[in-house]
Amino acid sequence: MQTIMTQSKVETVMTIKVLYFASLRELFGREEQALDCADIETVADVWKEVSAGYEVSQSVLNSVNQEYAELDTPVKAGDEVAFFPPVTGG
Amino acid sequence: MVTITETPFDPWQTISQYQEQMQCDGEFGACATFVGTMRDMNEGDEVNGMLLEHYPGMTEKHLESIVANAEEKWGLLDTLVVHRVGELFPNDPIVLVAVWSAHRKDSFEACRFIMEDLKSKAPFWKKESLSEAEQQAGKNRWVENNTSGY
Repeated sequence: MQTIMTQSKVETVMTIKVLYFASLRELFGREEQALDCADIETVADVWKEVSAGYEVSQSVLNSVNQEYAELDTPVKAGDEVAFFPPVTGG
Repeated sequence: MVTITETPFDPWQTISQYQEQMQCDGEFGACATFVGTMRDMNEGDEVNGMLLEHYPGMTEKHLESIVANAEEKWGLLDTLVVHRVGELFPNDPIVLVAVWSAHRKDSFEACRFIMEDLKSKAPFWKKESLSEAEQQAGKNRWVENNTSGY
């Protein structure tokens, strides 16, 4: 009797979903991206990664999983992080 | 109830229809309302239209939490918030807040509270379309900040 062991390799997608709104979406030319989360611990790390090469002169707000967050808010794989300018509804 | 809609709406008809199906007939003695409407001028420029963008999901969650906070602070019987998104033109209603309570103090104060929180924190963004000449000069612009309102 023989047992064949097959090793199934489960690949976990280690990414963070990053969204951009309004003038930031236009500046970056994208509304969404999946970011590899290696070496990313906080919102500040995400921002450093995605804003590199752009001149961002305006104030930028952020959220994690659709709640307002700060630059030092922790971020992990599977989270949704968004960057946007001051809000102007109503 | 919180509603985000791409469809133009008549705030007065919306209030009247909503009130007809409310479950607190005879209990409310006050209804305070705020209606925000699009103007045709901003910062000295003629504005022909506007594109209102939002963060689907976060907007609804945020507005619902504002309403829940108001319900904790004041004695409210019902609350209705309607906000337009998409393409708007001058005179279009943008936002409606209606608050029902037994006495006027609660609905007046809660209506103001909800509106100020919405203006300063709910994730909406306005982009104005200016006159044709200005558009050709690439002057369509994002509104940068809401005024404090006080």
